[in-house]
Amino acid sequence: MLKVINALLAIVGGVLGSLLLFYVMNKVVERLPRKWEERVKPYVFFGPAVLLIGFFLIYPAIRTIVFSFANSDSTSFIGLTNYTDLLGSGDFVSGALLNTLLWMIVVPALTVIFGLAVAVLADRLRPRAEKFTKSLIFLPMAISLVGASTIWKYVYESRPEGTPQVGLLNAILDKFGIAPVAWLQLSQAHANSLLLMVILIWAQVGFSMVLLSAAVKGVPEDTIEAGRIDGASEKRIFLSIVVPQIWATVITVFITVLIIVMKIFDIIYVMTGGNFNTDVIGMRFFTELFTNGNNGYAAAIVVMLMIAIVPVMLYQVRNFRRQEAQR
Amino acid sequence: MTVSLDSPTPSTPSRAARRKPPQQGAMQSRAGWFVKITMGILCLVWLIPTVGLLITSFRQPEAANTSGWWTAIASPLKATQWTLQNYHDVLFNGQTPMGVSFVNSLAVALPATIIPIMIAAFAAYSFTFMQFKGRDALFIVVVGLLVVPYQVALVPLLQFYGSIGLNGTFPAVWLAHAGFGMPLAIYILRNYMATLPLSVVESAKIDGASHFVTFWRLIVPMSVPALASFAIFQFLWVWNDLLVALLFLGQGDNMVVTVNLASLLGQQGQGWQLLTAGAFVSMAIPLLVFVSLQRYFIRGMTSGAVKG
Repeated sequence: MLKVINALLAIVGGVLGSLLLFYVMNKVVERLPRKWEERVKPYVFFGPAVLLIGFFLIYPAIRTIVFSFANSDSTSFIGLTNYTDLLGSGDFVSGALLNTLLWMIVVPALTVIFGLAVAVLADRLRPRAEKFTKSLIFLPMAISLVGASTIWKYVYESRPEGTPQVGLLNAILDKFGIAPVAWLQLSQAHANSLLLMVILIWAQVGFSMVLLSAAVKGVPEDTIEAGRIDGASEKRIFLSIVVPQIWATVITVFITVLIIVMKIFDIIYVMTGGNFNTDVIGMRFFTELFTNGNNGYAAAIVVMLMIAIVPVMLYQVRNFRRQEAQR
Repeated sequence: MTVSLDSPTPSTPSRAARRKPPQQGAMQSRAGWFVKITMGILCLVWLIPTVGLLITSFRQPEAANTSGWWTAIASPLKATQWTLQNYHDVLFNGQTPMGVSFVNSLAVALPATIIPIMIAAFAAYSFTFMQFKGRDALFIVVVGLLVVPYQVALVPLLQFYGSIGLNGTFPAVWLAHAGFGMPLAIYILRNYMATLPLSVVESAKIDGASHFVTFWRLIVPMSVPALASFAIFQFLWVWNDLLVALLFLGQGDNMVVTVNLASLLGQQGQGWQLLTAGAFVSMAIPLLVFVSLQRYFIRGMTSGAVKG
């Protein structure tokens, strides 16, 4: 119970403590001459937040870059060796890197397509059915990927031939007299990776659906009506009138899912531990850092991830600027 | 699940939405068989795996591991096949029972949610209502940091915590999550505050109220929806996180539900009746929070927030 008391103390301390900190700093600043007060006060307000960001994100990020040029316990510099080691090993390139690339190609696209399909199709159901369907598909957003993986591990479970199958997929095969398949070990054509991707898609379609549904409902009726009057088919109306108007949302969803995919870790850790050719860079990072204790490799992997994310970051900033200009 | 998903109120409405309010359905036509069947199949795909998990968590160990969960539905009234023992076992037995992890998760997630809120709110206020040099540039940095994955901080942080003996303790995780969540918190709160009428702040200023008073008496009460949005995001994020908990808390007495469930899954010979019960214990709180506060969650989501 000590933990609970500690947690409660932390909550009270965190809120009151930070409030007190701001209050005291504010009082101190108010004693300054008027001109200085106006100048200094903003720093008091954003200072603690910037310190936290600096200490827990920016400074460590710089240290990570430095570590990526150092040896496994960060005691001496070894130049680009970590990078050449990693990029020179087929294990990393055609394993973790290639699989991550596959995830990046498959998952965001399918999540957008499924989300859009649900958004458009559910729109045509009766309101009660629409609400039920959407709530159901949205629900996996709440649970952890560890939880989602547990759910699907049970679906993929495989027992030796001849014994009763408790996994849904193999039970279905069994009904047709087909021998059970050890799904998670099925690395031909990356089949097992695809089965792991199903978990993330299952978890993320709800997010995609909610955003896209709001966008589709926001398409002005008169633009669609105009298409109908011109005699366009439903398909044509959807592709030429609706899609262009929701494109910005499509991109937002795509990028959000893409970022999640690039650093995916939980699903692989729980389902296969990166074995059977399902390794990804998020998993490899953990293996190097925690299991192998190799700071150099782990840092180099993160730096590669960071470089891959820079374009997304630039897009995000540009997008934000455009939004601000419209405000 | 009574909250409607149909009309989220984005704090930054898209151009199309601003031009015209959302309508009854832009593509209006009745659902044909194709639509009904497709949606039916989709619902089943989303529902069945979870139903299987739920049913198994109430089955006798012997039955759960020698027959599929669907066989239990064939005779649902046979009372002897149902049991609550699995939940009892997973909550109270074992080296670190799920019950202990449940308390740990609360002890991690609540402070990690509450601590950053106040700090972010002050920062968001300064970005919205105060003038200072480099304000816009600083905010652009915050926007850029939104998509940066927290992995960038983990290598040095693990080393740093190790050197000051903070590894394996709750404060290590609170502080890390407070830092990682800060860009999103500032972003959500600032975007919301920017929609508040500036006249309120200005008239308060004319009345002689200091920034501190304006913030505390006016802006914080008006920003409750945005504060709630972020709180839910952060709470779910921290509760459901595996990597940070695994690195900084590990698998000892302080392990949280996600780490506990992952380690149950990794152990040979754990029966499915225990795994499924453990999974539901780990999901109970997030599901409850999510279902009851979905409105705020959707508002945060539609504000265009992306977390790296």
